[in-house]
Amino acid sequence: MPSDSVLRLVWIYPDLLSTYGDQGNVLVLEQRARRRGIAVETVHVRSADPVPEQGDVYLIGGGEDRPQILAAERLRRDGGLHRAVARGAALLAVCAGYQIMGSTFGGEEGQPVDGIGLLDIASGRGAARAVGELVAEADPALGVPTLTGFENHMGVTRLGPGVRPLSRTVVGTGNGDGTEGCYAGRIVGTYLHGPALARNPGLADLLLTWAVGAQLPPTDDTWFERLRQERLTAVRPA
Amino acid sequence: MTQLPLRAQLASALGRTAATLSRATGRGDGSVIGGRVGLALEPDLLRKLARDRRLALVSATNGKTTTTRLITSALQELGDVATNAFGANMPAGHVSALSSAKDAPYGVLEVDEKYLPEVIETTGAGVVVLMNLSRDQMDRAAEIWLLAQKWRRALVARNTHVIANADDPLVAWGASTAARVTWVSVGQPWKEDSWCCPECGGPLDRGGMDYVPPGGHAPGVAVRQADGSVPAAPGSPAGPGGPGGGLAENDWACRECSFRRPAPSWFLDGDTVVDPRGQRWPLDIRLPGRANRANAVVALATAEAFGLPVQRALPRLAEVTSVAGRYTTVEREGRQARLLLAKNPAGWLEAFDVLDPALPVILSVNAQGPDGRDTSWLWDVDYRVLRGRPVYVTGERRLDLALRLDVAEVPFQLTESFGHALAVQPQGKVDVIANYTAFQQIRSEFGRAV
Ligand SMILES: [Zn+2]
Repeated sequence: MPSDSVLRLVWIYPDLLSTYGDQGNVLVLEQRARRRGIAVETVHVRSADPVPEQGDVYLIGGGEDRPQILAAERLRRDGGLHRAVARGAALLAVCAGYQIMGSTFGGEEGQPVDGIGLLDIASGRGAARAVGELVAEADPALGVPTLTGFENHMGVTRLGPGVRPLSRTVVGTGNGDGTEGCYAGRIVGTYLHGPALARNPGLADLLLTWAVGAQLPPTDDTWFERLRQERLTAVRPA
Repeated sequence: MTQLPLRAQLASALGRTAATLSRATGRGDGSVIGGRVGLALEPDLLRKLARDRRLALVSATNGKTTTTRLITSALQELGDVATNAFGANMPAGHVSALSSAKDAPYGVLEVDEKYLPEVIETTGAGVVVLMNLSRDQMDRAAEIWLLAQKWRRALVARNTHVIANADDPLVAWGASTAARVTWVSVGQPWKEDSWCCPECGGPLDRGGMDYVPPGGHAPGVAVRQADGSVPAAPGSPAGPGGPGGGLAENDWACRECSFRRPAPSWFLDGDTVVDPRGQRWPLDIRLPGRANRANAVVALATAEAFGLPVQRALPRLAEVTSVAGRYTTVEREGRQARLLLAKNPAGWLEAFDVLDPALPVILSVNAQGPDGRDTSWLWDVDYRVLRGRPVYVTGERRLDLALRLDVAEVPFQLTESFGHALAVQPQGKVDVIANYTAFQQIRSEFGRAV
């Protein structure tokens, strides 16, 4: 259970990496925790400020090339996220934020840029932009239903032995090798950009379960489920 | 007026024929197809049509159609004006607009942000108007910092007179390579794309406020910054050394380099415009809302660049009552629905400002090609302002919006179509906000009166 029984969400660098409705992930976690009676405090960390170490769930979103490079530099220099992850905090890294977690990613001209090394992945630039709806079957070990969302990236990500694929793609590109995203320990990375948790409340609950250390009671998923079904029906091959 | 070479004349005439056919066959307003036929025959046609005219190009993420209309209305005080009134804002539309008003000595062209460098180069326009840049249709639009960088390169070493909004840091950066800039201060309500310096990436201090998280947190959720302070509410005053580093409202400055807001010479102050001589003019215009007062100030500054003084331009602005259906009212069975278009988060913020708080509101969202197929942007809009009034949700992506409102704890009613949403209203007025294709669907079903 989180210290002092308040769940601390830490949103990293919304001033650099939040161009695709990334705030949605913060709002969905807040809502799903609160509806289960868990008090929540959210910290917004601007890129000029240090990343606090005592958070329970960290979130980092997507963005353009230049902010992505700046974010990687600052996170490496700051070290707060590394220390938080070392003490067992959960982390959801989306799109550009996902690539940053690896050893390297593609910069503005495709040149390799150093990542921050929290995930055993290496990313580069693909030939074409992957834009569109994505459907993927999550690793059964995670107990998360089919993943649905939208991707918009030029990245190709190679997974090393230190991570497991988050899912296998049914529709869409993901990592580029038939898998989508990855996880290791309590870190989840994904190309499902922007408000990925709004389409995947099961993934939101996985992060919350890791943070709280206990199974969560069910909550009213009416609107989440209606949207999921509508999207899966529209996108999944018949 | 302009004597075009024979080949260009032929291309232009063919373009007009195609446009007439397109209108006659009901395939559209004709402005794009006419231009495409013309361009295919004569690539230099736009250059030739632009020659010997005084042109203004108008570009922005939001408000470019309306501002183009306002500037056009003002310049008509001086003479005939060629303009792409239907919002066909790429080169084909520009050819169409200029060739259908061959003798007009003036031209005001709305230009898509991505095409602006090319159109500056081709037309050699004397005046370029730059208003705002923010996230828009992210699954197809170019990244906005790259856009601003291309603007910079296009304006270098030219004799262009730029009219630009000094309050938008990305616009200021994009415009600042121009030899001559008239800076206007018309505010920037949407700040989520400019918390970082476009020049060096450092943090920007914003006047009147500290970093404000994009709104929408659940009630009872404590939001703090990393230093433990609680973010100031938008618009809360900045004390000396307090939030915003003591900068005045709308001012901004980089904390790490010398880039800061250029000194404006025109200001929007509430319902008043302050001109470069410090004279205040009440903005007596018909179009509603803060965004349109901002557009009007930009139009007045542009008119003055053409030699038209405020006292002659301002009454012309008041003649504009709706623009391509925006702000018009459609009626059915005793219900009057006022239509507001909002295509992106900054546009929704401006539309909320126009809403009548006493009225119910219908929201309609699609995700077709022109809207962007990705609905992620819904999560960047703070819908909490709608709490306390009846909210009806419709459109092809109504379930995306329904979940968004559910998480924002805004009560709403889901309806399967705009017609149904209207039919369940009591008799009287209702406001409508719709994104691009949702808006067009409502107009084609309920009347296209402009
Ligand atoms: Zn700077």
